[in-house]
Amino acid sequence: MKTEHKKELTKQEEFVKMHRRHHHEIASWRTLLFVLFLMLWEVSVRLKWIDSFFFSSPSRVVRCFVEQLKYNSMLSHIGVTLFETLFSFLLVLLFSLLVSTLLWYSTKLSEIMEPYLVVLNSLPKSALAPLFIVWLGTGTKTIIVAGMSVAIFGSIISFYTGFQQVDAEKITLVYTLGGSRRDAFFKVVLPGSVPILLSTAKVNIGLALVGVIIGEFLAARKGLGYLIIYGSQVFQLDMVITSIIVLCIIALCFYKSIQVIEHQIKKKFKM
Amino acid sequence: MAYMHNILELKNIGYSYHSLHGETKALKDISFGVREGEFIAIVGPSGCGKSTLLSIIAGLLTPEEGTIIVNNPDGSLHYPKIGYMLQRDHLFEWRTVYRNVTLGLELNHKMTKEHLDVVERLLTDYGLDKFRDKRPSELSGGMKQRAALIRTLALEPQLLLLDEPFSALDYQTRLFVSADICRLIRAAGKTMIIITHDLSEAISLADRIIVLSGRPAVVKNEVSVNLTLADDSPLAARNAPEFQQYFNTLWEDMTHEN
Repeated sequence: MKTEHKKELTKQEEFVKMHRRHHHEIASWRTLLFVLFLMLWEVSVRLKWIDSFFFSSPSRVVRCFVEQLKYNSMLSHIGVTLFETLFSFLLVLLFSLLVSTLLWYSTKLSEIMEPYLVVLNSLPKSALAPLFIVWLGTGTKTIIVAGMSVAIFGSIISFYTGFQQVDAEKITLVYTLGGSRRDAFFKVVLPGSVPILLSTAKVNIGLALVGVIIGEFLAARKGLGYLIIYGSQVFQLDMVITSIIVLCIIALCFYKSIQVIEHQIKKKFKM
Repeated sequence: MAYMHNILELKNIGYSYHSLHGETKALKDISFGVREGEFIAIVGPSGCGKSTLLSIIAGLLTPEEGTIIVNNPDGSLHYPKIGYMLQRDHLFEWRTVYRNVTLGLELNHKMTKEHLDVVERLLTDYGLDKFRDKRPSELSGGMKQRAALIRTLALEPQLLLLDEPFSALDYQTRLFVSADICRLIRAAGKTMIIITHDLSEAISLADRIIVLSGRPAVVKNEVSVNLTLADDSPLAARNAPEFQQYFNTLWEDMTHEN
């Protein structure tokens, strides 16, 4: 029996409800857009609006993916690309943290290095890939270096800028308490830059993936970049498109995992 | 009486800032003594070099002219231990309150039982004991200032330098917190130099007020403050019969450039 009146919501409950509804709405639209896109793609192929040989189709992508899994060790291609990307990402983090720390310690060094960093950062890194092949041969080493080259200069610049933005008075505080420049770095600058380190990491993992794929185009016999080039050469566009879709999923997973790590760190430090 | 004893004496201190466009004289011929246990307020127009003077006394800057003479009661020559409080509390959000107040000890490798006991006692005395595991953002403005004071006092300084320490607070909080913090510093038996641009604050807190002129700053006047206090509320000093007289004197000094 529905004789009882629904209890009046307080303003707070109403706000929370509206907030949730808003989020559901956004999520539903996102899913709907994705499903519509897949349907339109499939239908236009089936009705021969576009040629499935050139444009593939969701069902062909799924079939191709399963076949690749069975006969062509798709998983190992994915694994290679994942490994190379993560490895160059970690190296980028390590190197840029080291270099930006040095730059922070020595203002003179940072002044000397500034134009070099800016130029290297704006240089299209794909132009360097042929050189890497000549210097390092074809193989994992070249691909990891290619992955690093895309992200590292921007990363150094963002880290260093982040270090500089730390409140100068907080550093003075460390000095008034009898601390050294080293203390200022480890007690104030580094912990104070955590948000910037995280947001830079989020950008860097994507850039590392870009660099790794460029490297794989030119110098690999394994990996998704290789599959894309190989597929285009033998005119197996299903393989190309399947690889691209797998790359989309990988990029999404990277982004999500860094977001989770970011959330954990922020929760730990109650930021 | 120890009170009359000058522990520091500034003699003809001068300081300039240099840039490619030229020299800016900040301080000129500043001389005054600091007596043990005394509260000195330094007032002056904004940008006159008050903070520079404090940085020189703290040893963060070296004066270009003049000297600071150390005159300890026991005849020793070591510079008094300085505690410096900046304009904002600068508690680190990534540390708990407890790890914030022990920062100075940590930096000086003094995390010994003896020193931590001092912190412990201060936390209890200042009512921050229950908040030790909280983050600074969870404290009120007044509690943050108390935490910053504990951080300073943990190193057991003899001379406290306060650079407009309450200017980030709203007016009402400021009245209470400034009276509160100064009461705690007096109770701890420290000597204090406070910079402020608030004349009422200077009169209500200090034993002696040093008035600086505009740039380059020279000592324009020194005023000893003696108030008849009705009680020890934060507003008592401001209600004292002599308050207005002091205010007028200082106002004259501040507004008449010569």
